[in-house]
Amino acid sequence: MIALLGTVMLSGTALAAAPAPTAPAPATASAAPAQEQDGIDVSGTLRNQAGDPLPAVTIVAERDGTPVAEATSQADGRWQLSVPAAGSYTFRLDESTLPPGTEVLQGETTREVSDGSLNTVVFRFGEEVEGSGGAGFVTVLRLLVDGIRFGLVIGISAIGLSLIFGTTGLTNFAHGEMVTIGAVVAWYINVAGGVQLIPATIMAMVVGALLGAANELGIWRRLRRRGAGLIAQLVVSIGLSIALRYLVLIFFGGRSESFTDYTAQTVRDYGPIALTDKDLSAIVIAIVVLVAVALLLQKTRIGKAMRAVADNRDLAASSGINVDRVILFVWMLGGALATLGGVLFALSELSSTVQYEMGFRLLLLMFAGVILGGLGTAYGALLGCLIVGILVQLSTLVLPLDLKYLGGLAVLIVILVFRPQGLLGSRARIG
Amino acid sequence: MAADQSNDAGRADDTDTENTDTAVTRDVAGGEDAPAPAGRTDLRRALAGVPPEPGAAKPDPVLTVDGVTRTFGGLRAVDVAHVEFQRGAITGLIGPNGAGKTTLFNLLTGFDKADSGSWVHEGEPLQSLPPHRVARRGVVRTFQLTKALAGMTVMENMKLGATGQRGESFFGALFTGWGAQEREITERARTLLSRFNLDAKAGDLAGSLSGGQRKLLEMARALMMNPKVVMLDEPMAGVNPALTQSLLGHVKSLRDEGMTVVFVEHDMDVIRDISDWVVVMAQGQVIAEGPPEELSSNQAVVDAYLGAHHDQVLEFDDEGNPVGETAELVAEMEAEEIGADAPAPETPASDASTPDAPTSDEEKRA
Amino acid sequence: MIDFGQLLTVGISQLIGPSAIFFALLALGLNIHFGYTGLLNFGQIGFALVGAYGMGISVANYGAPLWLGVLIGMACGVVMALVLGIPTLRLRADYLAIVTIAASEILRLVTRSTSQTEFTGGTQGLTGFGDSFAALNPFTQPSYTILGLEIRGPDLWAILMGWTVVALCVLLTWLLVRSPWGRVIKAIREDEDAARALGKNVFAYKMQALALGGVFGALGGIVLALATQSLTPDFYSPPQTFFAYAALILGGAGRVLGPVIGAMLFWFLLSVADAFLRQATAGENPLLPFISSQDVGAIRFVLVGLFLGLMMVFRPQGIFGRRREVLGDGR
Repeated sequence: MIALLGTVMLSGTALAAAPAPTAPAPATASAAPAQEQDGIDVSGTLRNQAGDPLPAVTIVAERDGTPVAEATSQADGRWQLSVPAAGSYTFRLDESTLPPGTEVLQGETTREVSDGSLNTVVFRFGEEVEGSGGAGFVTVLRLLVDGIRFGLVIGISAIGLSLIFGTTGLTNFAHGEMVTIGAVVAWYINVAGGVQLIPATIMAMVVGALLGAANELGIWRRLRRRGAGLIAQLVVSIGLSIALRYLVLIFFGGRSESFTDYTAQTVRDYGPIALTDKDLSAIVIAIVVLVAVALLLQKTRIGKAMRAVADNRDLAASSGINVDRVILFVWMLGGALATLGGVLFALSELSSTVQYEMGFRLLLLMFAGVILGGLGTAYGALLGCLIVGILVQLSTLVLPLDLKYLGGLAVLIVILVFRPQGLLGSRARIG
Repeated sequence: MAADQSNDAGRADDTDTENTDTAVTRDVAGGEDAPAPAGRTDLRRALAGVPPEPGAAKPDPVLTVDGVTRTFGGLRAVDVAHVEFQRGAITGLIGPNGAGKTTLFNLLTGFDKADSGSWVHEGEPLQSLPPHRVARRGVVRTFQLTKALAGMTVMENMKLGATGQRGESFFGALFTGWGAQEREITERARTLLSRFNLDAKAGDLAGSLSGGQRKLLEMARALMMNPKVVMLDEPMAGVNPALTQSLLGHVKSLRDEGMTVVFVEHDMDVIRDISDWVVVMAQGQVIAEGPPEELSSNQAVVDAYLGAHHDQVLEFDDEGNPVGETAELVAEMEAEEIGADAPAPETPASDASTPDAPTSDEEKRA
Repeated sequence: MIDFGQLLTVGISQLIGPSAIFFALLALGLNIHFGYTGLLNFGQIGFALVGAYGMGISVANYGAPLWLGVLIGMACGVVMALVLGIPTLRLRADYLAIVTIAASEILRLVTRSTSQTEFTGGTQGLTGFGDSFAALNPFTQPSYTILGLEIRGPDLWAILMGWTVVALCVLLTWLLVRSPWGRVIKAIREDEDAARALGKNVFAYKMQALALGGVFGALGGIVLALATQSLTPDFYSPPQTFFAYAALILGGAGRVLGPVIGAMLFWFLLSVADAFLRQATAGENPLLPFISSQDVGAIRFVLVGLFLGLMMVFRPQGIFGRRREVLGDGR
């Protein structure tokens, strides 16, 4: 009857840590399809530095020095094995089975395997990325292209964040969840609905727009009418962000789930730059959409109204603009773009997989970009995000891969010290 | 730069080169000294010798401003070549909406950063100081939208004004006996509160006070700092007319105690009633100065209020004003408009043009 | 079948357990930040992380004595406050929120990074920092029975020390907020510009408040690491900050004892709800078949998120607060 305090305390601690996310290891981490078996699945994908899969490599799992499981990677580099129970295991590559000439950066790793969470093990190959010594021109150029791609993805996702701030003053911490939910909806349509990813994404963007509208109509317009302060609204957005993130966890699960299309692609050479088709498409799609958004803002009535409201709400209202309608449109546009951003983010940075935390992780970079460009400005957001994307990718020249988000924070802090209004912002705004 | 010249009463202001460039509306009738009303003090006599023109030198300036500019997105909100404020006098600062009065206040008190210019108080330059340092030098301001600390009691509000409190530093709060000083401050606060008829409210939350009482509290709180210069931004705005007279009395009593008062006001009756000197601003510039009686005969003032310079967007919006009317009438109409606390219809420039615009936005949304 | 007796026991033991201590300290810090000064620190867990790791690394890796490790951990809290505060405290309030939430997540990523393994122990975390704390334990019997609860000796020691730290922090808070210093930070919460116009150096006060609350957070991390003898990065995930916020708002922001009562109450409610959900979702014929037992951890985050949002809208003064000091009204 009497519970041991220690046990309860332990469970309390373990619980809080239960939804522990995995390390951001974009180019390499991936999960195998969920298969319920006895034991706990551990999986990964072996890819060399260029992104090519490494087949027929043996991976051994050891517990306390004793091998307990073994797997061999398939043609697409995937491997999966099953360990008997939760606990700490060491995963080791049998380096003799590697293709000749493959340089191993990290061929052994020890980690905690737990039930119910995503167990992905990452091995790293290829040139040393940690040292600054070997950074040749080609590496820099490649990272620059990666950075532009990443920056465009951040920018597409962040336009809504910036416009919502501009028109309503709300710092929307739940914007990251719009990105996640957009990608998850696209995943459902793609995987469960069997729709090819491109139409699936377009359908998801419609859902994203509706979600944005629901956000505005269901929550924010009411809060504004109630006269809630901006700080209160900010806290509400944070609460909403957590609630949504973990709702996604409940319904979608903690695993990385793969789209059915565009999962493994070979790299093509474009002069010194090597890109997969989906990376190239991500760049092209992002640029086309951004040009379309710019035209919308610049040429159409609603776009001009949006800029007018962002510039000066009261003036816009007094000159006959229906501010509520404009804000609703901004939310819908933001929702649709966040969805697209989510899908592109998944395709280009997360090996075509969707995760419940992806949007939150992107949120930090979105804020960095949006503040760098100037909060509330659409073009500033884009410029800032591009710079952040490039800086984050270039930072991997000197930082370990799993620390690249540190660069985003550093940018944020530096910009706040030296130019808090952002590159395109005006001084009066930061108050 | 003006530090050493401050007491030179007869100084000609044309040593100031910027002054001649920018003061375009200098065609004011200069020589006629209006007869001072009976019973005025030495102060009025001293000011009587000052030529009523923009940038005129005062016999004993406490605050001297030179070449101050502030631009908002290509719009010159403030462009003051030279202005001096007489020690111990009540100086009224008037001008149409968007004339830059509040912006000038913000600049002088450190709440906004000027693009260029300098201002000197008692020989000490203030232009590079943050607002709290300006306040500690004795130049204390109030706000157009009253900033009573609503969640704190009236007494706590008052105590905050006291300077040099040992218990206000982190370690001082923990390791010094600040109790005695606190009792002293409380005593002084009580005296001031009873002078402003707020003693009964000492334990109430400031948020429960009426608009006029908040203005009084803000003024009393500023007095806790023992200021030398008090800058009041529209002390009468939003105040119940019944309280106006008592507020005016308090403002006068500040002068009688030797403080210098600079205040922004729209109501011409108020200006005429209490100010010793009036500075008129329009489009960011000082366009006229003089004793209050001469205002209505000043062509620059009439032009400013009737929108003679309506090529500039800073003008208040009704351009269709009948030109035949007197300046006073328009000013009074304007005062009513301000009393309703409508934020100035600002220009359609690309950003918020005055620092108070974002504030009022926030208040509206709040 | 729901075992209500067990639910209650679980709840009561949580009232005084290390988790309640941990969140009480975090919430005490947030009370200084948000409750009294109006600062939006959404990365309090990051302060706990730097405190715990500052202590853990200096003791485990460099062999520092425990007292020095604790001091280093607290100093890490101050340094983090300076790094995050200097760029943001002059700006509008949301910049601090953005930077703190970003920093707390990135600190976690840094500590779990494989490149830092020899320094932080990577995802495995650190061990061996708590030996001298355990050695000081005067409760040498395996277990003690207090008010019907059976408590292990080391746990009793940890709980006792933890609540002592909480009591000291409460005392410090009380001394400060009733002083003129406290009056100034409350004035800053109400209206920064008014405080400036009264000659107060708002930036310096905000910085002091951020550092003080940060040190409380760092102490939370230190105490929890010593009490549980474990230090792993993934425990310090950003949503933990919102548990502390929920505790603060539950107990009442801007009151000296609010965070402590809130943390105890919050942890009581959370663990009872948790145990209930676990019982209701486990077994042959679960009461709530549509929820899997794995989702219980996630559900509590959903509930906390909703609670935070709803409280902010409908009762910003907290559950027990009077509407006297309403926080965050539009500024």
